[in-house]
Amino acid sequence: MKFVDEFREPELISKAAEEIRHLAGTERHYCMMEVCGGHTHAIYRFGLKDILPENIELIHGPGCPVCVLPMGRIDDGLSIAQDENVIFAAFGDMMRVPGTLGSPLEHKARGMDVRIVYSPSDALKLARLNPEKHVMFFAIGFETTAPSTALTLMRAKAEGIRNFSVFCNHVTIIPAIRAILDSPDMRLDAFIGPGHVSTVIGCRPYEWIAKNAGKPIVISGFEPLDILQSVVMLLHQLKKGEAKVENQYKRVVPWEGNPAALRAMNEVFELRPYFEWRGLGFISQSALRLRDSYAQWDAEQRFSVPGIRVTDPKAAQCGEVLKGVLKPHQCKLFGRECTPERPVGALMVSSEGSCAAYFNYEHRKAMVTGLTSIA
Amino acid sequence: MPSDPPIRFRDPQIEMAHGAGGKASRRLVEGLFAPLLFGNNPGPLGDAALVDIGGTKIALTTDSFVVKPLTFPGGSIGELAVNGTVNDLAVSGAKADALVVTFVLEAGLPTSVLEAEVRAMARAAKEAGVRVAGGDTKVVEHGKADQMYITTTGVGHLLRGVALDPSSVRPGDKVLLSGPIGDHGITILLARGELDFQADLRSDTRSVFPLVEALVRAAGPGVRWMRDPTRGGAATSLNELARDCGLGVVLFEEKIPVRDAVRGACELLGLDPLHIANEGQFLAVIAPEYADAAINALALAPGGSEAQVIGEIREQPAGSVLITTLYGGSRIIDMLVGDPLPRIC
Repeated sequence: MKFVDEFREPELISKAAEEIRHLAGTERHYCMMEVCGGHTHAIYRFGLKDILPENIELIHGPGCPVCVLPMGRIDDGLSIAQDENVIFAAFGDMMRVPGTLGSPLEHKARGMDVRIVYSPSDALKLARLNPEKHVMFFAIGFETTAPSTALTLMRAKAEGIRNFSVFCNHVTIIPAIRAILDSPDMRLDAFIGPGHVSTVIGCRPYEWIAKNAGKPIVISGFEPLDILQSVVMLLHQLKKGEAKVENQYKRVVPWEGNPAALRAMNEVFELRPYFEWRGLGFISQSALRLRDSYAQWDAEQRFSVPGIRVTDPKAAQCGEVLKGVLKPHQCKLFGRECTPERPVGALMVSSEGSCAAYFNYEHRKAMVTGLTSIA
Repeated sequence: MPSDPPIRFRDPQIEMAHGAGGKASRRLVEGLFAPLLFGNNPGPLGDAALVDIGGTKIALTTDSFVVKPLTFPGGSIGELAVNGTVNDLAVSGAKADALVVTFVLEAGLPTSVLEAEVRAMARAAKEAGVRVAGGDTKVVEHGKADQMYITTTGVGHLLRGVALDPSSVRPGDKVLLSGPIGDHGITILLARGELDFQADLRSDTRSVFPLVEALVRAAGPGVRWMRDPTRGGAATSLNELARDCGLGVVLFEEKIPVRDAVRGACELLGLDPLHIANEGQFLAVIAPEYADAAINALALAPGGSEAQVIGEIREQPAGSVLITTLYGGSRIIDMLVGDPLPRIC
């Protein structure tokens, strides 16, 4: 398969692993955060932890949009869809995410009209096909998915489609990284930067991380070789004492991003003054809402939204895990009260969440093979 | 009088996941159905039950088909309804002899649609050499069923020279797969028309009996376990094997045959081919000394040329399935949790 197989070539991968071992040496410990949930998933799926030396520690970042969504937002969205004239449309990612009274799938089993869509434009298609119903698209994601929501809203407006709205939970990645860097217990040396988000925003928005925070960052692809190459590039910078933004994922990510996508986002969205992130708390200017010119398509303005707030159980230490202070299995709830089938905390919710990935791959592997040391 | 065995199923309501063939399905069957219906010691829950009738052991199985859409590239519900049951018997080491069939029809179903499916059943039954011996029909109100549901119940006689039992599985045994995985599940996903991409892909639905027969003839005494990995995919069947035999199943990722179209769709949707449903493949555990004979026999049988040894049984990780990647990494493969849902964001 083109663009996939050449980045999974075993020989190239062992070469990269060898170079990493050579560069990393043994004197010091390196702590790198992969920001994006897609990277977390790939690292576990391909068993990359097994081939990295022990002194390279990968910390799983906040880049899983499902994980960082507060439960109250799910409750709010589902409460709108209690109206039998409303169709609740969302990506498959959202379907098993628990609200206080169950996930969208559980609501569907109880009779709610819940549909899985593969893009926001599919939700708009549903609205066209069901003129007697109202279709609410429950939008999630970083800058990766926000442009397609924006374009869909522009089309709805142009076509004058009234029975469609968006419950907007789009968030932006930079403020989340800033929140992590600002936290007093931060102990990161470098970042593996998000690949998909950067196809839209480009590389410039990360420059402050290098300049002001003094941390190297490499925008990375998602294949095993991409991730290992990014680690190599970070090690080169760290060894030279440099801190700059580099782009490993040049085949997909242009330095300037995608201006057309950014224009669409700017036409439709504005920054919220603040937004709650599950596990990280309130972060200012970290999320998007619809501009007033799109108020007719804004589910939060068209419907009465209860504004439910659900705090995670105190014992869940999602924030500490997100910041890399604790490893997933060091949380008190991990693997006992909190499992992928019955998640309590944010990071257990999606397979890209660091706790779920850790549970599915490392934890079970450690349990069944009786290994005691798990990095 | 002995009291009822304990009910461990505690889920408050039935969800789609309870029918998806993965963990939730197993919880329901083991926690509610088995203790109340099958007695205290149901043994491993295989694809068919072995029933002793007057000193003769027969294999008995039943399966319901609720596929949507009714027809898809490579097959249709009627054909699935016959082959699904024929296959459940085949991987239990039995040749299907007769089926009975129940139709649940939705009022308003065009006769032409029903006729096409009945014809498909007749064709599949003829090809598989199985008699349809009877049936039942129910009609429900419009809107109470999705066009039609079909249930088939089959009986078969056990093939000579093979004794399947997960407890006979030993470390060193080979895990064999009859051909590429994921074709059926991905074909259905695409046939639903919700995804704006196409692939040149057909369901793998077929009777696997001819392949099973060839395997048993060539390697019968070495065949220890078989299963057709339908809902829940190969990952779920192999996890059941690992649990039932108490040993580790170790797979070699590069050996698992997956067509490019399936791999591509799985990459795009964030799915694992090992969790995708199949309708025309089977998995087998073979004693190592019979492995070559098994692969050779399958290679010569029609439709068996892509059969592969994809892994082996080891002491560790006991009760689990581990997959090793080409470059020395490894991960645990769990049963399917819930339905396989595409990941977008």
